Amino acid sequence: MTQVLVIADHDGSRLNAGTARCVTAALQIPDAKVHVAIFARDGAAVAAAASALRGVQKVICINRAENEHALAVQLAPQVVALMPSYSHLLGPSNSFGKDLLPRVAALLGVGQVSDLMASESAHRFRRPIYAGNAIVTLETDPAAKVVATVRIASFEAAGSGGSAAVETVNLNVPLPTHTRFISVSAAKSDRPDLQSAAKVVSGGRAVGSQENFQLIYKLADRLGAAVGASRAAVDAGYAPNELQVGQTGKIIAPDLYVAVGISGAIQHLTGIKDAKTIVAINKDAEAPIFEVADIGLVADLFKVLPELQALLGGA
Amino acid sequence: MRKILVGVKRVVDYNVRIRVKPDGSGVALDGVKMGINPFDEIALEEALRIKERGQADEVLAVSIGPDEVQQQLRTALAMGADRAILVKSDAAIEPFSAAQALLAIIRREDVRLAILGKQAIDDDASQTGPMLAALWDRPQATFASKVELQDTVARVTREVDAGLETIELDLPAVLTTDLRLNEPRYIKLPDIMKAKKKPLEVIDFATLELAVSAHLKVLKTEPPSQRSRGVIVKDTAELLAALRQRGLVS
Ligand SMILES: Cc1cc2nc3c(=O)[nH]c(=O)nc-3n(C[C@H](O)[C@H](O)[C@H](O)COP(=O)(O)OP(=O)(O)OC[C@H]3O[C@@H](n4cnc5c(N)ncnc54)[C@H](O)[C@@H]3O)c2cc1C
Ligand SMILES: Nc1ncnc2c1ncn2[C@@H]1O[C@H](COP(=O)(O)O)[C@@H](O)[C@H]1O
Repeated sequence: MTQVLVIADHDGSRLNAGTARCVTAALQIPDAKVHVAIFARDGAAVAAAASALRGVQKVICINRAENEHALAVQLAPQVVALMPSYSHLLGPSNSFGKDLLPRVAALLGVGQVSDLMASESAHRFRRPIYAGNAIVTLETDPAAKVVATVRIASFEAAGSGGSAAVETVNLNVPLPTHTRFISVSAAKSDRPDLQSAAKVVSGGRAVGSQENFQLIYKLADRLGAAVGASRAAVDAGYAPNELQVGQTGKIIAPDLYVAVGISGAIQHLTGIKDAKTIVAINKDAEAPIFEVADIGLVADLFKVLPELQALLGGA
Repeated sequence: MRKILVGVKRVVDYNVRIRVKPDGSGVALDGVKMGINPFDEIALEEALRIKERGQADEVLAVSIGPDEVQQQLRTALAMGADRAILVKSDAAIEPFSAAQALLAIIRREDVRLAILGKQAIDDDASQTGPMLAALWDRPQATFASKVELQDTVARVTREVDAGLETIELDLPAVLTTDLRLNEPRYIKLPDIMKAKKKPLEVIDFATLELAVSAHLKVLKTEPPSQRSRGVIVKDTAELLAALRQRGLVS
């Protein structure tokens, strides 16, 4: 039987949007029964959100003081303790899942399928390599458990309207004390979340400064879009690290992606190739971004952005 | 001795646009430019800086792979590593096996800190660091953008989805590097000469006697679906019209 455990990513009160996409990935595995596990100090609110995801059969909530901050070294032994009941373990391929799941896989003594983009059977999967420039089909040992991080851009979010039972579980697992949470600096923003936003406006090196990046924020706000950045813009300090889009940043699949002053290096394109519509604004007609753009405008961004703002009539 | 182990993986240079072989058997690698995984250069740079601050005595570069990897290990020695070890294997190495092999070296060498890349840009697996930490039963700090070492602990800032997270780890521990940790130094010509005299030990993978089994069998490799070139609009007004026509902007 195919019993899939999805590890929820959340911030203590809200479920990260990637979790609903992992549930869809889990449901794609033939004959899967899908449970969602929540590790939290008090996971009630997150569990309620997870229980509403269509297709989820049960939500397991592991409340424990140590689970307030998701430290892989403390979560991993708890996940392992749940695994005797499951054949598959899935989590998002983001900074949470990439930290935790390989640790669990090693404790279980199995390899991991990273960035799962499709399941062809319970043990046959497709995943990208080389910045998405090749796709491999691979098979895991049918006798072994499957641990996979999910390329969340490859899946739609599971719908709502479900009402799975929520079970609170006590796991008496000793946890290591060799790793301690100190702090997290998260820029609180009312803007949509980059990973799950329907629209994204990204700025590149050409934007030129942190001040100029306000042009990107302004357009994003007018469109109701999240803000992204190329590596060059992040390295230069124009935008914070969590906005980096690409092979080694976030892989996203919005309906609309607007690339402003971004050349379109392979590493950047990997992050956006699933976007439905790509718009490129770049003054170099030869820039590789135009090879993938659905709508291209060869022009100076410092001319176009104010014009666009004026035409849109927004603040 | 306070040793730092650095993982060095040989990968296709990041500027190369790879090609999938027409028969689906893999990626064409003949004659393709190879180099050290960029995240491993960052790992090595960090190790060297720690040593230069007097907080480590030896930097050990370790790679698992075929004989050609000696080139990359020589580069690592030229950058400043003190010693290198090649764990020789002609077979493809999965992250799990790489972690097992690195652990075997760690046990032999009594390592205090292992620094790996957050991901290898060929397999994009992003697994080996946490796997090594798990098998070693030690702390891990992935995606490091700042590392401060004290006697028995490391304080590490990590690039996470929410922003920047700081955690404290007891040593020994495993770190994986993110892009903003540092900017690797350039190699100077005299260093290449010096590197030729530094020790590079070759150990056969088999002699580590690891219980290795392949976990992931690759059945086929295909090119991805391609996007096609769209339309070029002539000015901002046309751009907006095109967006409105697609219903993307109101
Ligand atoms: C290991 C590794 C991992 C990487 N990971 C990522 C990743 O995850 N994401 C990522 O983005 N990159 C990544 N990169 C970097 C990538 O290779 C490129 O260097 C980077 O994407 C370039 O950013 P950019 O397009 O903003 O800058 P540039 O390549 O410098 O492009 C700037 C563009 O702006 C245009 N321009 C200049 N002035 C104007 C103007 N006034 N108006 C309009 N257009 C203008 C130029 O024509 C040019 O095309 C990685 C690299 C390595 C080695
Ligand atoms: N064959 C290898 N030899 C040396 N180091 C490796 C090897 N494979 C992986 N690593 C290390 O693990 C990191 C992450 O690799 P991966 O898990 O394959 O994405 C790399 O950046 C290296 O530091």
